[in-house]
Amino acid sequence: MVVLVDERTSVIVQGITGRQGRLHTKLMLEYGTKIVAGVTPGKGGQEVHGIPVYDTVREALENHEANASIIFVPAPFALDAAMEAISNGLNPVVVITEGIPVHDTMKMVQVARTKGVNIVGPNTPGVISPGKCKLGIMPGYVFKPGSIGLVSRSGTLTYEIAQSLTDAGFGQSTAIGIGGDPITGLSFVDVLKMFEEDRDTKAIVLIGEIGGTAEEEAAKWIKEHCSKPVFAYIAGRTAPPGKRMGHAGAIISGSSGTAASKVEALRKAGVVVAETPWELGNLVKESL
Amino acid sequence: MKLFEFEAKQIFAKYGIPVPRGAVVREIEDLKRVAEKLSLPLVVKSQVLVSGRGKAGGIKFASSLEELESCCKALLHSKIKGEEVGTLLIEERVDIERELYFSITVDRNTRSVAVLASKYGGVDIEETAKKHPESIVKIRVPTPDDLYAFHARELARKLGLRGKLMLKFADIACKAFRIFKDYYADLVEMNPLVVTKNADLVAVDARIIVDDNAMFKLPEVQEMVSRSPRELSEREAVARQYGFSYVELDGDIGIMGNGAGLVMATLDMVKKFGGEPANFLDIGGGASSETVYKALHLLLTHERVKAVLVNVLGGITRCDEVATGVIRALEEANANKPIVVRLTGTFEEEGRRLLEKKGIFAYSKMVDAVREVVKLVKGVKKW
Repeated sequence: MVVLVDERTSVIVQGITGRQGRLHTKLMLEYGTKIVAGVTPGKGGQEVHGIPVYDTVREALENHEANASIIFVPAPFALDAAMEAISNGLNPVVVITEGIPVHDTMKMVQVARTKGVNIVGPNTPGVISPGKCKLGIMPGYVFKPGSIGLVSRSGTLTYEIAQSLTDAGFGQSTAIGIGGDPITGLSFVDVLKMFEEDRDTKAIVLIGEIGGTAEEEAAKWIKEHCSKPVFAYIAGRTAPPGKRMGHAGAIISGSSGTAASKVEALRKAGVVVAETPWELGNLVKESL
Repeated sequence: MKLFEFEAKQIFAKYGIPVPRGAVVREIEDLKRVAEKLSLPLVVKSQVLVSGRGKAGGIKFASSLEELESCCKALLHSKIKGEEVGTLLIEERVDIERELYFSITVDRNTRSVAVLASKYGGVDIEETAKKHPESIVKIRVPTPDDLYAFHARELARKLGLRGKLMLKFADIACKAFRIFKDYYADLVEMNPLVVTKNADLVAVDARIIVDDNAMFKLPEVQEMVSRSPRELSEREAVARQYGFSYVELDGDIGIMGNGAGLVMATLDMVKKFGGEPANFLDIGGGASSETVYKALHLLLTHERVKAVLVNVLGGITRCDEVATGVIRALEEANANKPIVVRLTGTFEEEGRRLLEKKGIFAYSKMVDAVREVVKLVKGVKKW
């Protein structure tokens, strides 16, 4: 078993006729992802790399069986596209789009929560279960099948670390980018729960960065609930203090959000925290 | 996008939130015309976007027209925490009975909208929040659409407001909810929200931060920004134009990479090896050779930068595009500064071949490239 996506996942690509949609449809097909249909309003009847295009998600589902969606539509239309996917029962919904207004994201996340739908992203590289299904824009070759569950807020840094794990002989059960925006669908804790329950995941690697309290919350959850070894890296230890949002941000966050606070919280929860990303492979090797 | 106080107050006034009577001054010559319409005593407020301007001397009080003129002359074109004052807001003073705090913000930690209020508003609100967290009243709702008038009344009750004052507070809060929603705000804040001696409420300071990603929906804010440009350094302006993110730091090693996480990790590693980064520069995903060229040119022509590290792991970014940009920057900047390149990922072979033709070696491992650039700047080692 793997997390979120596997060889049975069948996919609708929303925004399939755009530049990114076209390119990554091709790359996902080459990886072996089962893409059954694409959707772009007004482009119904066309084909992209042999995949039929429909005007609406409902129309695509009347003609094909699908359970997941990946969204490439531009930011102004992303909320609508995500709502269309959620309303039609697709799950998970991977939102690749960057630059979505945060109020829009809050609305889609809230609806997804009440309907029990997993939103990956926005602003995410997506999710990959190596050798089975790639639902995203990550370079497939850096990932290998294995038993490490990888969860991250970054894009390229995830590839860097996946490569170092693969080089050290540790493939991945599933790698999930939860997304780089202030508000995302899945949180670290949501993904940690999935890895904890997944029999094929033997250890977990968490890649965090400064800002917010997602890593602190992950640490709390790990301490109380996680039976599997967890390794982490936090980017931005030397970054200057970030932007402040008036007084309200400081009042809400207090001293959390710094790299020091995250590293300390994770260490206290028994997590092995690497000083640099390239050490992670070796740390996992030494510990397992 | 941070709005200036006077812009935020224009929006407040449009929605019917009481603000002090006031006017904007950009030239000393305008002062007389403005002063005639207002009644003394007055307060002169520097329009800057940094916080803590009051404590930095950016607000002055005037009880005569002579004083007003000298205040304005002292403040206009002065620097407050490094930011030049191009605009002053002159307002009538308000008779303060006490100061409240009120804000609405996107709380990323709980993925919700947080409404905060306190009966102890004013410049020390953050201290108050730390020392007496119980004095901050909070309400959370899942999305901006879930804010209702009853939330405002409930906040008022928790602040101990009664009768007419309670209704006035609830009315202002509801209008602020609408502003938060209509302007796709990250923050709407009133600190202080003043209770006057006549038991009225007035937003004496106003702060609005609009989500940059929502600017396309807000022509009114776009116009405000083009009328009163936010001060950016020349490099930040170039960065904005070409769509990469740039933050100036103090060191001498220029750093460029793709992806915020990867660039932050690069900075951390440079520091660990004893180097000092000059900047954070993320070219983003799928950058063209033109973007790479502009970004690198910026670093190579920076007087403080002694060497540059390019760290690219191509996913949607193509290594051949990066190589083309690197070569062009080196040829055109003519800066005679060493450049260390780490290049791996999509179209890696093509990228390497282009660089090698120009005699540039590309590392494939990040750690080797970081070590090399620090060595070039510092001389050998220290770790």
